[in-house]
Amino acid sequence: MNFETTIGLEVHVELKTHSKIFSPSPVEFGDEPNANTNVIDWGYPGVLPTTNKGVVHDGIMAGLALHAQIERQPHFDRKNYFYPDNPKAYQITQSETPIAHDGWVEIEIDGHKKKIGIAEMHIEEDAGKNTHATDHSYVDLNRQGTPLIEIVSKPDIASPEEAYAYLEQLRQIVQFTGVSDVKMEEGSMRVDTNISIRPVGQKEYGTKVEMKNINSFNYVRKSLDYEEQRQQRVLMSGGSIQQETRRFDETTGQTELMRVKEGSDDYRYFPEPDLPVLTISQEWIDQIESELPEPPAKRRERYVNELGITDYDAMVITQTKEMSDFYEAMIKAGADAKLAANYLQGDVNAYLNDNQVELQDTKITPEHLATMIKLITDGTISSKMAKKVFKAITKGDEPKKFVEDKGMVQLSDPAQLQPLVDKVVGANPQSVEDFHNGKDRAIGFLVGQIMKETHGKANPQVVNKLLKDSMNK
Amino acid sequence: MNYFNQSLTSIHKQLSDKSVSAEDLTKQTLENIKNVDGDINAFLTLDEDGALKQAKEIDDKGIDSDNLLSGLPIAVKDNIVTKGLKTTAASKILENFTPIYDATVSEKIKKLGTITVGKTNMDEFAMGGSTENSAFKITHNPWDTTKVPGGSSGGSAAAVAAGEVLAALGSDTGGSIRQPASFTGVVGMKPTYGRVSRWGLIAFGSSLDQIGPITRNVADNATLLNAIAGHDDHDLTSSTKEVPDFTSSLNKGVKGLRIGIPSEFMAQGLDDDVKQTVLNTAETFKKLGATVDEVSLPHTKYGVAAYYIISSSEASSNLQRFDGIRYGRRAKDVKNLEDLYVKSRSEGFGDEVKRRIMLGTFSLSAGFYDAYFKKAAQVRTLMINDFNNVFKDFDLILAPTAPTPAYGIGEDVSDPMTMYMNDVLTLPVNLAGLPGMSVPAGFSKGLPVGVQLIGRPFDELTVYQAGNAFEQETDFGKQTPTMGGNN
Repeated sequence: MNFETTIGLEVHVELKTHSKIFSPSPVEFGDEPNANTNVIDWGYPGVLPTTNKGVVHDGIMAGLALHAQIERQPHFDRKNYFYPDNPKAYQITQSETPIAHDGWVEIEIDGHKKKIGIAEMHIEEDAGKNTHATDHSYVDLNRQGTPLIEIVSKPDIASPEEAYAYLEQLRQIVQFTGVSDVKMEEGSMRVDTNISIRPVGQKEYGTKVEMKNINSFNYVRKSLDYEEQRQQRVLMSGGSIQQETRRFDETTGQTELMRVKEGSDDYRYFPEPDLPVLTISQEWIDQIESELPEPPAKRRERYVNELGITDYDAMVITQTKEMSDFYEAMIKAGADAKLAANYLQGDVNAYLNDNQVELQDTKITPEHLATMIKLITDGTISSKMAKKVFKAITKGDEPKKFVEDKGMVQLSDPAQLQPLVDKVVGANPQSVEDFHNGKDRAIGFLVGQIMKETHGKANPQVVNKLLKDSMNK
Repeated sequence: MNYFNQSLTSIHKQLSDKSVSAEDLTKQTLENIKNVDGDINAFLTLDEDGALKQAKEIDDKGIDSDNLLSGLPIAVKDNIVTKGLKTTAASKILENFTPIYDATVSEKIKKLGTITVGKTNMDEFAMGGSTENSAFKITHNPWDTTKVPGGSSGGSAAAVAAGEVLAALGSDTGGSIRQPASFTGVVGMKPTYGRVSRWGLIAFGSSLDQIGPITRNVADNATLLNAIAGHDDHDLTSSTKEVPDFTSSLNKGVKGLRIGIPSEFMAQGLDDDVKQTVLNTAETFKKLGATVDEVSLPHTKYGVAAYYIISSSEASSNLQRFDGIRYGRRAKDVKNLEDLYVKSRSEGFGDEVKRRIMLGTFSLSAGFYDAYFKKAAQVRTLMINDFNNVFKDFDLILAPTAPTPAYGIGEDVSDPMTMYMNDVLTLPVNLAGLPGMSVPAGFSKGLPVGVQLIGRPFDELTVYQAGNAFEQETDFGKQTPTMGGNN
């Protein structure tokens, strides 16, 4: 029997606003527990939420980037449940009127393009964090009220491969808008998945199995792979799939049962009476649309078609907006497109990895890097010399000045080099004879002599040409 | 010193010409409360030290001669948080709760130099109409201590009626300012929803709650509303509309004013004396030059059901935060988290609060939401339309405040439905978000009877205007109860 797979993804993305969604407390990580909290975050008697307009702005921006329709009069709803990290015992979220709906993300697998629908995207508050010791539990409300967007896919994803590609695209698109860092490892992007399979041709979807908080795209793919196989085995052996939540064990690569769902949770949603309905004007939407940077897919197309770099290079450069912006600034400053791409993927990436920093936090500027590349292409420095120059750039030095100060400028002027050539040719008649006898190595020796005389500054190509011209006279 | 036959103006005059200092006035007020409140039980907490300290500070600074509230002792309902002063909402779950911040209204009146002498009793979390649902004590009606003072702001109303303070703050979700004002013969205003900030009001029904003043006369009431009204950045449901001087229209009279009496409010279940009081009031208004006609609010009959579904639904969610984790009562000897929740809440909440939590939780549950909460919200819209239609042709609505005068302590408490029906005349005003004020308008067997004046949204001015005209023409508000030999 053949099966088809249906996968749904719910992605939570933390917005990087200065303050929380419904209170003026700062959004900061790594501080003392409960340092960034106030009476609102504690759910103190008598407090009221106020909406952070920046969150609405960022929500609209993310919605537009995902090609979604923006709800013009959205309101908030309360989702009621008891838990110590949820101090009001309700989460302020959106249920009836998500701020954006009916969007899409385009993925590409083996050259085949497919649009994955987005059912809805809403804004809501994050909960705090509980930690448990042997005889005590602790509640840290620093994260309570951190703004989130939740992006819910339509049941269009048909394989773990597509799920992976969707997440990769989604991450890039949101990252380019600048509303979030979207880092799985830091928890600013979190993924819940659900998967069901059904015999090909069957109308109804199969029973869904949910998996929560899987912490990398790779594990998402692996867990879905495993689950797809497991469900097929169960069905093929005559069993049936239970509605349940499973967890992915990274060491075994298998999923295991967490809890069986009996019926659905009743969160008793109702409209949040403490917050008025929002009114989002067309002018505001237009304004935010005009702030939207060119999306990664468009940039890739342009890089390949107009700058002539490879698909692969374009993909790597558009991993983050910062990298892509940097690349464009280098091109604008006159760098060769191919060399610029190579340097970003090579020396720059190695530097970032070695030092565990983000490009925007370094002293490397696109102008400096472009200048260095121009110095290479016009023959002023060799690519070997460029290694030293790059090091200087990471310290903030201007490459042209650095090269001059260090006297690193390559000697390329034939008028300056000719006397040296004449001298070396005159002093080494044996080598000249060897050259005439067809021994190519001889010329290498002569070049070496000139490099020695010039302390390595002579342009080897120019010296080569001058030597041959001299000896062939 | 008691406050019978006093007004903001008379007290302010004494403070201004230094015939009494704020400190002396506060001392005398506290002394009087000690003498009287044993019979009344209006107060849950007295803040003697804080009040006297504040009074001294005001004396040092000098009474502000342009500000009628400067140096005035005042009482505040115990569901309005006061920094450093115990605030319980008359619930065991908050028995030892001392807030670390001030409600916006607390801050505003403090800035104007009022002195909060104490916090007043109420039905637990404002749920009830007799103040019998307090977890701590039963407040008695100063006119007859075997009767209830009404509720839920029964403590605030009784404190003013007994002359313990000249003014108090209450809150009104379905009639909790107006009904006790009617039962105790004082003036109680529920402002338009959004007129007064709810920041620091312990929430009951968030879309219905409003804080308002309870006073001995209409002019004082308008002055106190001036002090607490206005937009607040902490409360996005507070209106940005400009706040007029509510005392500016007091003496404009009612000539030409078109007043409507809803026939549905005068129907069955209404006490004869109460009905007669409304009709007499209508005659007085006519005599003063207003026109009075019958009007219809056809969806009134659905009001009680809609109100109890909406207010209980909101309450069920609002009261979830009382979980024993961060503040308030935490049960001892619990086995696990769920046990902690269940025990803390079972021990902390009274029966009426539990009843409303269950009613609200049910109304919001999957499968029932559409039939209950959603339907109630639709009814609410129809009721708002009813009022809008009437206000096309009328400036003001006149109605009884409560179906009966004050009833006996213990009479109603066993039957929740009877208790809920008592709100039938006041809760439509909350559902529609309108301003409504109860003014003393008569007596029935020695007990005061109030009538309700209801205005267009944000038109408290006309309500005060008519209320003051009526008060000037009659002397119901000038009567004082005979206080158990203390007078």
